Amino acid sequence: MSKQITAKTITDSEFFYGHKACAGCGGSLAVRIALKVLGEGAISVLPAGCMSAVGFNYPHLCFSNNSIISTFAGTASMLTGVEAGARAVGIKNFKAVGLAGDGGTADIGIQALSGAIDRNDDILYICYDNEAYMNTGIQKSGLTPFGAKTTTTPSGENIHGNIRPKKNLFEIVAAHNIPYAATASIGDLKDFMNKIEKASKIKGTTYIHVVAPCPIGWGIPVNETIEISRKMIDCGLWYLAEYENGQFKLNRTPRKFSSIKDYLLSQGRFKHLEDADIKILAAQRDAKWTTIRKNWNTTEEEL
Amino acid sequence: MTKAFLSGNEAFAEGVRLARPQVISIYPITPQTTVVERLSEMVENSSLKSELIHVESEHSALSCAIGASAMGARTFTATSSQGLLYMAECLHYASGGRFPIVMMNANRSTALPWNIYGDQRDSLSQLDCGWIQVYVEDAQESLDMALQGYHIAESPLVSTPVMVNLDGFVLTHTYETVEIPNQTDADRFLPPFQTKNKMSLDNPKNLAFSVGPDNNMEFKYLQHKAMLDSKRIIEETDKKFAEIFGRGYGGLTQGYRLEDADYILITLGSITGLCREVVDELRQNGEMVGLLKIRFLRPFPDEDLAAALGSVKAIGVLEKDISFGYEGTVYTNVNSVIAKNGLRLETYNFIAGLGGRDISRENIRAMFRHLQTGGQHVNFIGLGVSIDE
Ligand SMILES: Cc1ncc(C[n+]2csc(CCOP(=O)(O)OP(=O)(O)O)c2C)c(N)n1
Ligand code: SF4
Ligand SMILES: [Mg+2]
Repeated sequence: MSKQITAKTITDSEFFYGHKACAGCGGSLAVRIALKVLGEGAISVLPAGCMSAVGFNYPHLCFSNNSIISTFAGTASMLTGVEAGARAVGIKNFKAVGLAGDGGTADIGIQALSGAIDRNDDILYICYDNEAYMNTGIQKSGLTPFGAKTTTTPSGENIHGNIRPKKNLFEIVAAHNIPYAATASIGDLKDFMNKIEKASKIKGTTYIHVVAPCPIGWGIPVNETIEISRKMIDCGLWYLAEYENGQFKLNRTPRKFSSIKDYLLSQGRFKHLEDADIKILAAQRDAKWTTIRKNWNTTEEEL
Repeated sequence: MTKAFLSGNEAFAEGVRLARPQVISIYPITPQTTVVERLSEMVENSSLKSELIHVESEHSALSCAIGASAMGARTFTATSSQGLLYMAECLHYASGGRFPIVMMNANRSTALPWNIYGDQRDSLSQLDCGWIQVYVEDAQESLDMALQGYHIAESPLVSTPVMVNLDGFVLTHTYETVEIPNQTDADRFLPPFQTKNKMSLDNPKNLAFSVGPDNNMEFKYLQHKAMLDSKRIIEETDKKFAEIFGRGYGGLTQGYRLEDADYILITLGSITGLCREVVDELRQNGEMVGLLKIRFLRPFPDEDLAAALGSVKAIGVLEKDISFGYEGTVYTNVNSVIAKNGLRLETYNFIAGLGGRDISRENIRAMFRHLQTGGQHVNFIGLGVSIDE
């Protein structure tokens, strides 16, 4: 990357403004930052989910760039239409960008997303991952991690929250041989901003998966959204990586992980976890990192 | 103008080509598939300049068309049966967002049981989704309604999507001689699409938003009003079409030998041709029978019907549909006109052709006899099992 976008160089213009997201909402920060990087040429498509629910309440419309709500399953298919339509009517210098939740992406919208990548439509798809269906009140999605308590995976004597691991969407997307995919986190905005910038310049389908905690659903104080995002990377439950030219690349290689227990137990959704559960999560993490270190290009940079 | 021997689907594809859609999303389903195959060939041989998008489902086909329409592009897609039902969410989305997409639907039975043959249960089950619905009779009308469809849908007063229905196989796959207009005349009839209901970089918009209880009814009322206003636009469109191409279809309905008719059969789509022949035959025997083809089911031609049925003794509604637990949906709609206008006549419903069952000349004669002798109101035609009356 040549010139890096930083907090100093990013525009003062706001494109997602005056919305009704909760205090400390990670998703709204991800959307805000993405649109600041993309600028007024962004034509955003948001499916049903928290970000459309807080931003499009007639007559209180919060996007100053062109924006449209899609059906829940239809983020990618509508993006395809927007991109083709814009080109067909002669619009230049635009970027069709999807801003969809984890449920809207990994579950109900995965078919349309797969179709768009298969066609290699010239769109940028950003999944803001808050690890549950938040807009409908914290239900389990395919990206809810093992052990998390949601309203449909309650924790009790018999079952300790969600029994299935988080779907690996980044690699599912990469398996399409997409021109560019990346993971990101609002815990590292500089990395996120520059990945958006990079993706927006690449022709064909690009995908960014950004972790964006929801204080309500995660059970954390509203001023700890960024901190928890960083802890998630530090403890190895999330990683910053890219997929490009058929290669995976790890952007940060941690030498040793911070406490997974500390990350988990600082959140309401994991409070019920017992040592045995935490051991399972740690084992899953370690297994993942073993394959990452074996198969991906890694940098020498320390965490 | 040239003449060609085309199936209903191929004729429709020619109409789409002449309409110059900028974005076309395609997905296969019998008996619609040959439409998108022809369109693909046209794009390949450059007789059609469109963005042709191979979507991975019908939900995406319509979602994609909505996205393109929201950018101000003229869009087309086509479907049938299971595909129409699969896109149901997007049907309401397109009409509520007032996106003037034109879609062809090849009328086909819906599973279960699986059946690929023609009946009208697919589109009639979606009557309330806010689309203008027209049912065409032959290949020429198919081609012509592709063009008229855009003219109606894109009228600023209407701005509502149009679904053109072709009876599966009987029309979609039957070959007839068709007049293909030349592009100059087609362009004269259908100017390029222009709308304010779009996103553009000069005038950014937020579209497809939420509207709460305070304003929601107003949006829905305006949607309804646009549909009512479309009746006038439908008539005007047909007149303009007739001026340029020398043929018209009469707007919302088309009557046949209605003068002094005591007994009228109401039809939909391709069965009308055979019914017309039976009317001629019975008229020759001195029977006072006539026929009324409903072309548009939404908006519903209530004024036309009230005017046509004022002094008849009995009518029969022939439809390839049953609303389980009641009667045919078209019949329900027609009866409402009769009740509202205080008309005094007997009404009968003939449920026929489900799952592609043949409707014979003798079946139609029997329907006219039924109108004259009276009897049961809702009748299944050609049923192989006995029904206890
Ligand atoms: C077809 C359909 N099914 C279900 C819903 C209900 N629904 C709306 S938003 C939502 C949750 C969205 O979750 P996610 O995509 O993770 O976004 P978030 O709300 O967490 O930001 C659900 C289930 C819907 N609008 N449409
Ligand atoms: S519920 Fe969570 S994701 Fe939704 S607006 Fe509030 S903080 Fe954001
Ligand atoms: Mg979510």
